[in-house]
Amino acid sequence: MPNTPLLTVERLLFERDDCNVFEQIDLEVGRGEIVQIEGPNGSGKTTLMRLFTTALQPTSGNIRYAGQAIDLCRYEYLSDILYVGHQPGVKMTLTAEENLRWMAADCSNSAQDALAAVGLAGYADIPCYNLSAGQHRRVALARLLMTNAKLWYLDEPFTAIDKQGVSFLESCMRDHIRRGGAVVLSTHQDLTIDGVRKCIIVPHGDQGGF
Amino acid sequence: MASGFSDYLRRDLLLAYRRRGEAASPLVFFIMVSTLIPLGISPESARLAEIASGIIWVMALLATLLSTDGLFASDYQDGSLEQLLISPQMLAMPVLGKITAHWMVTGLPLTLASPLLGVMLSLPEEGYVPMVVSLALGTGCLSLIGAVGAALTVSLRKGGLLLSLLVMPLYMPVIIFGSATVQSAIDGFAWSGPLAILGAMLAAAIALCPLAAAGGLRLTSIN
Repeated sequence: MPNTPLLTVERLLFERDDCNVFEQIDLEVGRGEIVQIEGPNGSGKTTLMRLFTTALQPTSGNIRYAGQAIDLCRYEYLSDILYVGHQPGVKMTLTAEENLRWMAADCSNSAQDALAAVGLAGYADIPCYNLSAGQHRRVALARLLMTNAKLWYLDEPFTAIDKQGVSFLESCMRDHIRRGGAVVLSTHQDLTIDGVRKCIIVPHGDQGGF
Repeated sequence: MASGFSDYLRRDLLLAYRRRGEAASPLVFFIMVSTLIPLGISPESARLAEIASGIIWVMALLATLLSTDGLFASDYQDGSLEQLLISPQMLAMPVLGKITAHWMVTGLPLTLASPLLGVMLSLPEEGYVPMVVSLALGTGCLSLIGAVGAALTVSLRKGGLLLSLLVMPLYMPVIIFGSATVQSAIDGFAWSGPLAILGAMLAAAIALCPLAAAGGLRLTSIN
């Protein structure tokens, strides 16, 4: 079924303390698409990402992967997604290379090459507590070069990353959608990639403000 | 993402090796406190021999309790726990791997160091073998049970006290049958009975605790 969207989100709602976090969300993400999730601080972008990755269970609504509810194809779905969250998941006492090998153990690409591509050549053997915040991010983002996942969830991927890093990350995303993958990312920054679709999150009971 | 039993076992052992000082602290605590006992109570070997088995068991329990706190804490803080939770494999296996690594870093060294403390506390000769065997089984139970508490309290910033309150009642049978094993041997009775119960507890804990800890981790991730 080449026409079925990779990800379908229908009437998604999530309650916290008996109150909806955001207004109902409907979204379709097809192959070769980038969807940017936008919304003010505290509007629930990270919550939405965590709903997508099954770390949270929605209060109501459905999430489908290639037309199938994700609860029914959990193994398949979770094998096909890659999530890079706020915390990079980098172990401080391991070296950059060990971290990457660990995070992307099922990939045959060389960790050395991936680190070189994110500008960390020569840092492979250095424990991560000696690296800066931006470099930790880069270690985590090097995973993008070592994955076969079809659907990428990137939560604020540009945090602490310099301009070169941003353009590198954009080229990664471009390559990924060219291969038929899809990207869902949350950021406040405008991307320079063409055809990025925006999904605006409306916080529940939003009165405007500012 | 690697998420089998052996992957996590190896990774946690490597992490502990990189932070040797921190990993050794339960053992240092165990030895230091047991050294204080003769100073505080009496250096007379007759009096020490009476309480030696109990003291060693209590210290082993406290040393394990001290270290259970950190079982999932660093993974939670740096985000690797979140990655583990969304990995497609069954969660209990990596959790069991982490617990095994925890036991190898805390329980196993305590067990191996216990004969030394036995000498220091003038433990009667018949008590050594039962003590080592019962500690080997018992500390395994302690690590497994502690993991359930650690999983439930991982998202709390100051979960230490709650963790102790949660797991202490479950630790009690372990220490009762553990020190009973040593005491029966010293008193000249057969010590296989209490040891068998300890073994049964370990078997049950291996089967159930990783599942409970995995469930606990899923619960905490909801908040």
